[in-house]
Amino acid sequence: MSDKLMHTPLNKLHQNNNARMTAFAGYDMPLQYVNGIMSEHLHTRSQAGLFDVSHMGQIVLRGNDFNQVAEALETLIPMEVKTLQVDRQRYGFFTNSTGGILDDFMFSNRGDHIYMVVNASRKEDDIKHLREHLEPLGVSVKNLENRALIALQGPASEKVLSEHYPKISDMQFMDVSTIPIAGAECWVSRSGYTGEDGFEISIPNKAAENVANTLLKHELVELVGLGARDSLRLEAGLCLYGQDIDIKTSPIAAGLKWAMQKSRLIGGQQEGNFPGANKILSEIENGTEYKLVGLIPIGKAPIRSNTQLFCKSLVSQKVGWVTSGIFSPVKKCPIAMGYLKSEFSTTGTMIHAEVRGKMLEVEVTSVPFVKKSFKK
Amino acid sequence: MKFTEEHEWLKAEGDLVVVGITEHASSQLGDIVFIELPDEGATVSKDDEIVVIESVKAASDILSPLDGEIVEINEMLVDEPSKVNDDPMGDAWFFKIKPDNSEQMNEYMDEAAYTKLIG
Repeated sequence: MSDKLMHTPLNKLHQNNNARMTAFAGYDMPLQYVNGIMSEHLHTRSQAGLFDVSHMGQIVLRGNDFNQVAEALETLIPMEVKTLQVDRQRYGFFTNSTGGILDDFMFSNRGDHIYMVVNASRKEDDIKHLREHLEPLGVSVKNLENRALIALQGPASEKVLSEHYPKISDMQFMDVSTIPIAGAECWVSRSGYTGEDGFEISIPNKAAENVANTLLKHELVELVGLGARDSLRLEAGLCLYGQDIDIKTSPIAAGLKWAMQKSRLIGGQQEGNFPGANKILSEIENGTEYKLVGLIPIGKAPIRSNTQLFCKSLVSQKVGWVTSGIFSPVKKCPIAMGYLKSEFSTTGTMIHAEVRGKMLEVEVTSVPFVKKSFKK
Repeated sequence: MKFTEEHEWLKAEGDLVVVGITEHASSQLGDIVFIELPDEGATVSKDDEIVVIESVKAASDILSPLDGEIVEINEMLVDEPSKVNDDPMGDAWFFKIKPDNSEQMNEYMDEAAYTKLIG
């Protein structure tokens, strides 16, 4: 079974560090290393964690110039692309004709092209989607299979990278730059998926292991697996595609309206003109039946995904479901996200979660669960 | 001491049997953050799911290895579930059961067989 899984260029490094491996999106990936999820999570919050995220898709879109590529991409997403400055990155998502989300991703203006990082589980479909719609507009779509991707996350990340490239401290949150690390040409963005300051670093495959090992030599850096990546992103209130958002989820219900620039909304200069625009723009005006909220159980029992949520005063009334649930290493209590009927989604509302036949008290809260600390 | 394929250990203590999980199981589960134990006085059957162990990311069930009555549970674990990571074979036992049939325990592995299983 495991020999059918794909390997990232860092697979040997994981084995050498006694990772416990797991299958994820067709890849053999590290779930955790020897120290375990709790310790890896707390290390990332206090110092710096190094994650292999090479399973994610790296895509380059090219045309005659940036403007042409940006205009083409704007037909598929409800974001402004043309106004994105050179070497700046933005969060985005593909919508479909029924107003659902096909995938979420980061995209950046690299001068003459757009560079995207998409979810591993969606990359094949994303590339197909991009080719189908952008090639007729004269834009080429290249899947970069020759580059690895690592994330260095945590408050010490800047210090660690500055020892290889002192000017790294000039980068602000969501800046992108090409810099040398250990002799390799790395594409670095100041961003991540943990709620901490940090960097995502794209490296040529051949240099990936050397760059990772070079960064790991720093006493503040430890390897962190996908287990802690999930608990870190949930504490930060960040959605995971396939879990909190998917093809059937409204970006408005998921609280992602902030990612849609005003010009794409009603009354804007470039109103609509993306898949599912009618549905999504009407949801902004009229609200959605459900909303994604933060949930904190009052007791100690975690509530996991697919746990059903009920009205507290009328226990037979189902009001929602959990999409992600963990025990928060920082807050030392269970936390979760889930969809609730909008009338129950106000912070402070008490609801019930059905866990193993028992009704547990849960408080509705806002996300993030822990304060984000980006460099702005 | 006897061992189950579910990575529980069983130790006779008078006419009771003390049950916990092995070092191997506790390390596989990772950081344990929550434990739900059965009620004292509960009558249980072999293979009933009677304990829930939760780590940061996942929940696991522990099955009753025997038919019998739960006589005592280890209340300490409710407040300090991480003790199961620190001392799974000692202080962090889960419950004491009064078996309906004291012979039932003998069907499980001895330490040598269990060590071979996890080898």
